[in-house]
Amino acid sequence: MKPAPFEYEAPESLDAALELMQEHGSEAKLLAGGQSLIPVMNFRLAQPAMLVDLNRLAELDFIRPGENGSVRIGAMTRMTRLERYAELERYSPLLAEAIPFIAHPQIRNRSTLGGSLSHADPAAEAPAVCLAEGARFRLARASGERWVAANDFFQGLFETVLEPEEILVEIELESPPVRTGSSFQEIARRQGDYALAGVAASVRLRDDGVIDAARLIFFSVGDQPVDATAAAGLLAGETPSAALYEAAAIEAAEKEIDPVGTIHATPDFTRHLVGVLTRRALALAVTRAQEASA
Amino acid sequence: MTAPHEVRLTVNGTPRRAETEPRTLLSDFLRHDLGLTGTHVGCEHGVCGACTILLDGEPVRSCLVFAVQADGHEITTVEGLAPGVDDLHVLQEAFWEAHGLQCGFCTPGFLLTLVPFLERHPDPTEHEIRVAISGNLCRCTGYQNIVDAVLLAAEMMRSSAVAGPTVQE
Repeated sequence: MKPAPFEYEAPESLDAALELMQEHGSEAKLLAGGQSLIPVMNFRLAQPAMLVDLNRLAELDFIRPGENGSVRIGAMTRMTRLERYAELERYSPLLAEAIPFIAHPQIRNRSTLGGSLSHADPAAEAPAVCLAEGARFRLARASGERWVAANDFFQGLFETVLEPEEILVEIELESPPVRTGSSFQEIARRQGDYALAGVAASVRLRDDGVIDAARLIFFSVGDQPVDATAAAGLLAGETPSAALYEAAAIEAAEKEIDPVGTIHATPDFTRHLVGVLTRRALALAVTRAQEASA
Repeated sequence: MTAPHEVRLTVNGTPRRAETEPRTLLSDFLRHDLGLTGTHVGCEHGVCGACTILLDGEPVRSCLVFAVQADGHEITTVEGLAPGVDDLHVLQEAFWEAHGLQCGFCTPGFLLTLVPFLERHPDPTEHEIRVAISGNLCRCTGYQNIVDAVLLAAEMMRSSAVAGPTVQE
């Protein structure tokens, strides 16, 4: 299992990388952490004519505070660096909670936040978390840049709005508002495996303890992360209770996901897992929101 | 075939250089171009962990890095662990003592995964060890003796760390 031949470019600046993508975007692939791309190249499932390696771009490896309590993360920031960043929990409790579930330490030492988002694997944790947190992404091209909300970024199975000449360069995550709690849950067959199903949940309470708004993003249940808006809608304006979580779980599991089934999980089993994960995640997210309100 | 690139890197403290195609995996570069066959190649798609090496001190899978990407970086392979040809690294000693290997194919990957882990976790719990080795497959031991070996190594390292200053005095 060896990759097919390719031309290799390792630009030393973002500008140089953008120039290369302007010229070769249609036949070139960007190499970030390589932890998804290199395996498929080893299998020759991908045979890009050119790799543009972003690993020399120190300018895309950063974590810095932004405005209004946000954090800005360079696309080439590796998962291990994020895992060791003690402040991450304050800015994005879901990302902080999710990172230990992302593959194994050896993988997290290479894999990057921007790479995982651009790859848009429906089983990956980072896209679901960014959707749940309302992240924004900065996409650059030689002629300019644009900001895209996570909501608009993911388009389907390994599909995003990224144009061939564009590079995702930065991710912005805003600190959750007050009285907000979240919970990240997944079930995998072994530590570090792809999840059979997972959820990133976030709940905001009113000052009287009633649920103001909720967000439930499921992953590894279809061809892209699923924003379960109907289940979340059932929660808004209601007093937290086990019966309420059950109603949301049924809504999400029965109506909002459409699992096709794999050798490891039939559609029915996936629905069962989504129900279990919804109940667990909502109970924990509400508890955390109550603690944050106290 | 694409034009070879020059790769200069430091392997186990020694500067090395070689020319290779961009598609050469770091695992193959170490084995075929540098003759360091202690790095074992199992699945070649990032699942088994046998090819784990240290890249700038952190464990990575050498089958998921191209050799050209290691240009200018520092690599440690299993050949670089022991302090001398007649000695073993403490962790190797503990694997031997606790019977942490049978066929030994996976062992280099386990060792390179665990050396930095023990530096960060000098007194690990069994659970922490099992999470740390979750990316390394072993088909012989059932992992129990590997976990025992890591606990033993941690104990040996802690007692030598305590004994260290006394010897210097």
